[in-house]
Amino acid sequence: MTTIAGERIPRHGIRILAIWLVLTAISVPLIVWVLGPHLPPPHMTVESGDQRNANIVMTALLFPIALLVLTYFIYSFVFFRETSDGIVDGPPIKGHAGAQLLWIVLTSTIVLALAVWGSYTLLAGAHGAGGGQGPDPAAKPPGWQNALPVQVIGQQWEWTFRYPTYGGIETRDLAIPDNTLVAFHVTSIDVTHSFWAYQLGVKADAVAGVDNIAYVHTRHTGFFQIRCAELCGLWHGHMSKKGRVLASSAFQSWIAAAQKKNASIVKYLPKYSRVYYPAPLRRAG
Amino acid sequence: MSATPIAAQPPVWRRLIGFNMLTGLVLGIGGWFLGAWIGGQVAVGHPYLQGTDQNDVGIYMGYLFGVIGWLVGLGFANYPIGRLLGRPPTLRHHETGSWTRYFRLCTDHKVVGIQYLFGVGIFFFIGGLNAMLMRTELLRPVEQAWPASQYLTLVSLHGTMMIMMTSAFILGPFGNYFVPIMIGARRMAFPRIEALTFWLVPAAGLILLSAIAFGGIATGWTGYAPLADEGRAGMDAYVMSFILIAISLTLVGINLMATILTMRAPGMSWTRLPIFVWSVLATSILQALAAPVLVAAMLMVLMDRAANTSFFVASVGGSQYLYENLFWFFGHPEVYILALPGFGIVLEMLPVFARKPLWGYRLAVAGMLGVTLLSFMVWQHHLFVSGMNAGLRPFYMLTTELISIPTGFIFLNAIGTLWRARIRFTVPMLFALAFFFNFLIGGLSGVFLSDVPSDVTTHGSYFVMAHFHYTIVGGLVFAFFGAVYYWLPKMLGFELNETLGKIHFWLFFVFFNLTFFPLFAAGFLDMPRRVSTYAPSLQTLNIFVSASAYVIGLSMLIFIANLIWSLVFVRQPAAENPWASRGLEWQVPTPVPIENFDRIPVITSGPYEYGVPNAPPVADFAPGALPAAGR
Amino acid sequence: MNRGARALAVATGVAFGTALIVYYIVSYLMVAPPVVAATGSKPRVHLTLQTVASYGNPPHPDWVSYLARDPHGKWVHSTVLRVPAYSRVDVTIYQFDTATGLRNPFWGQPRGTIGGTINVDGKTLNVLDPNLASHTFAIPDLGVSVPLKGVGDNAKNQCSVAPCTLAQAHTTVNFSFMTGKPGKLRWQCFVPCAFGFPLGFGGPMQSIGWMDGYLMVQ
Repeated sequence: MTTIAGERIPRHGIRILAIWLVLTAISVPLIVWVLGPHLPPPHMTVESGDQRNANIVMTALLFPIALLVLTYFIYSFVFFRETSDGIVDGPPIKGHAGAQLLWIVLTSTIVLALAVWGSYTLLAGAHGAGGGQGPDPAAKPPGWQNALPVQVIGQQWEWTFRYPTYGGIETRDLAIPDNTLVAFHVTSIDVTHSFWAYQLGVKADAVAGVDNIAYVHTRHTGFFQIRCAELCGLWHGHMSKKGRVLASSAFQSWIAAAQKKNASIVKYLPKYSRVYYPAPLRRAG
Repeated sequence: MSATPIAAQPPVWRRLIGFNMLTGLVLGIGGWFLGAWIGGQVAVGHPYLQGTDQNDVGIYMGYLFGVIGWLVGLGFANYPIGRLLGRPPTLRHHETGSWTRYFRLCTDHKVVGIQYLFGVGIFFFIGGLNAMLMRTELLRPVEQAWPASQYLTLVSLHGTMMIMMTSAFILGPFGNYFVPIMIGARRMAFPRIEALTFWLVPAAGLILLSAIAFGGIATGWTGYAPLADEGRAGMDAYVMSFILIAISLTLVGINLMATILTMRAPGMSWTRLPIFVWSVLATSILQALAAPVLVAAMLMVLMDRAANTSFFVASVGGSQYLYENLFWFFGHPEVYILALPGFGIVLEMLPVFARKPLWGYRLAVAGMLGVTLLSFMVWQHHLFVSGMNAGLRPFYMLTTELISIPTGFIFLNAIGTLWRARIRFTVPMLFALAFFFNFLIGGLSGVFLSDVPSDVTTHGSYFVMAHFHYTIVGGLVFAFFGAVYYWLPKMLGFELNETLGKIHFWLFFVFFNLTFFPLFAAGFLDMPRRVSTYAPSLQTLNIFVSASAYVIGLSMLIFIANLIWSLVFVRQPAAENPWASRGLEWQVPTPVPIENFDRIPVITSGPYEYGVPNAPPVADFAPGALPAAGR
Repeated sequence: MNRGARALAVATGVAFGTALIVYYIVSYLMVAPPVVAATGSKPRVHLTLQTVASYGNPPHPDWVSYLARDPHGKWVHSTVLRVPAYSRVDVTIYQFDTATGLRNPFWGQPRGTIGGTINVDGKTLNVLDPNLASHTFAIPDLGVSVPLKGVGDNAKNQCSVAPCTLAQAHTTVNFSFMTGKPGKLRWQCFVPCAFGFPLGFGGPMQSIGWMDGYLMVQ
């Protein structure tokens, strides 16, 4: 304890640090082991798992930072408040070079570490983490040449899907096989939409004239929710449907049935292409 | 155009004739019809203008001539024409006189500040009303209250009105009113331009509201093309009003920069400048540089719609990326235009109510300037999953994360200022402290969004919504209300009821958090933005959020009631310096004299010297009495 | 101004503001086309619609539009239709517009109808040449999508003012579908038929009451 003019001044800094350390020691394990597995997105693919890990790391890192600031503020409201009715000035402390330097070094280190780790995850670890990478992806997973291509066509206001390796058939419903590397080629034939497959951890904007590629490795069978994540007009919120991840054999029979069902329209469909520019090109009429 | 002598006031009806808001409205409406007629003549022979029953050329010409009529009616053409006719130059118009000077072109920066306060305030509450109506639709997971196109218009009007109006939320009322006083000047550098920047705002707001009569706006506040190209005639209102606001923002920026750089009183060195003025300077730089880019983007949308160009139509050579990049090159500095004045306000208020100097003054300045610089380098984080060049994403992830460093300095300033302080929990202080709580959550959620893998799920979802409402509402709007309770006694000369103020604060703070914190979860749980239908499992969450949002609306009604009660009925005159602040603006009398100071003061110390033994006063108001001294 | 006058002024302002808000909600936000019920009752009902090339009347005389026939036989300018749940809906559409062609030819195949087919001018089809489509009737939530064959460009006696009569050039399309649980479903046209608008999807294609509507399943 230090004294000034006989008054004992408690060591606020130590107290605050101690409270914060205790709270952090309790909360971080809870975040990592209890909350973590439930953090979104649900774990249906490798990429959604990578995203969830990113969320766990960031929550575990940022929550203690928030705790520190909050602990300090609440402590100051209790111990640094003016108790008398008058207006009394506090000590004229204008700054402290050491504290400022420490803060700058700590925040810069955390931020740079996050940026480096995030870039590594994005490019090397997660191979794009399910996000749309444009026509020339920077992070291609190994075996990308043999990925199953599935084209996602956004239009106002429905999704359709084409399978170029299955005769270029087009369907209203999306199904993909389990334990496969799938390359979504997302494009649009009118305005900008965004293909969001929540449980797959995939989001890629559907942009007219652009082939936006997103890679995903499926790992579980089941349903996933497809939504449009970019405002595209009147029925934007209604552009949702369910897709399915099927076991390989079930997928083969599904696609054979789809080919039969859509046989009559196949001759009218344009040849499969990465992008389409269907009429009317600019204005109708 | 000099001051009218008080004794010879013409009768009220005579005063209504002349160049004022009424004339502006009449000429504005006349201009609309003239412009629409001209546009009709232009459209003859163009199938896409005639066959669509939507003559965009006519609508744009109508708005343009309407705005010109509005400005001419207010009297903005009088001075240029007068000078052309040989009349002598003057800087002052209608600065004395009665309450009518608030409804006309007045070059007194204090009048402009109060005009801004009520002008943007009205549109803020209209935007808030739209938010309440949106939340009503979201009470059930299927469409039930408003049809889809009206819901989208609500969403678009809410967002556009809030962004347009809150861009000037602090610089407008408080920047214009207090920056000249705080730097020891008698006026702003360009008083007529200052008045112009205000009168563009009601024009823009009215034009935006007129979208309702033209089919509404279906694009949200971001106006993405090519959807904007397709939109109904209401889209033209969006384009026009944004152009006007962007012009206003640019002019405000230039005006404030010129004022702060060139009109500081003797002794007002850069290290004695109030931190609020620093934040205004940083914001002005952003405004002057970023707002013109928005005008460019809007002009391209205008041409696509009216002149059949194809800036954004991919099938004939355009690209939607052109729009996204132009828009967000403005859009990201825009959100720092919203945040920086908030930083300045709360750091200005903390020393007064903690009774300690602002801790780390130079660090705060560095933080604001660092944010200003970096804010131009981060905009592509809005395009992470859009198919942008994927190799650039790590760069923008880095710059976006880096910008949290200077932002963090503000928190260190607050921490240091509160250290061993003697805190008084007045209503302005409550808002300032709540700012830090809200911005902490908002800022940290931004770190999640800056990480590309995490952004893949949260982009375009309610997580983003919660993030920017925490930073803009939890930041800027809380700072705005803090500034209102802090400075209204000086601006209008009357006290505000403290009990009502505390009720407003606690309701707003608690229910703001209850409204927006669950929305982080909604975003993580697969709810996209701007939808009126959602998964039934999220209904309980949405009902809870809507109910909390209604209480925010209630707290705003309490605020309005406080204003009316205190300003119209109780009218208790405020003390000259109720907060015992050392700020220069508190050392002038209430009401503030027209010329602010009898003589330009000489600044003798900084405004944050609380607790400093034998600190000199902040300024010497009778400088001739002292021997000449250096700075 | 004395206190009483001030109170009156404030009260007037509050009343005016409230009136404006109420007007905004009632005359703008809540406005929707009238609901047109299908004829008949559960478990089988009939809907009769027509599509016109130009509405011919204010507010948008040049816009394409759907119209619906109410149970009394009158043509109503509305796209909000009511049908019972768990029922069969037989639909007859009189198509008076010329062909624009489908942007995505995929929708040339009828889907979600009973039998997967449509009956066009008496002939049963399971696919329509997408270039001949003038409009579609699609309820994506039920998987229903039906292309509507256009009138020839050179056909005589084409209609240009709604409601059109059967004496004017038209094609007749008949199909049926099943409704499921109650709900409010959206339906729309998928042909970019909005003349003069960018990408053919502006104006009427984005407006409820013209080329978009609701199916109230009750």
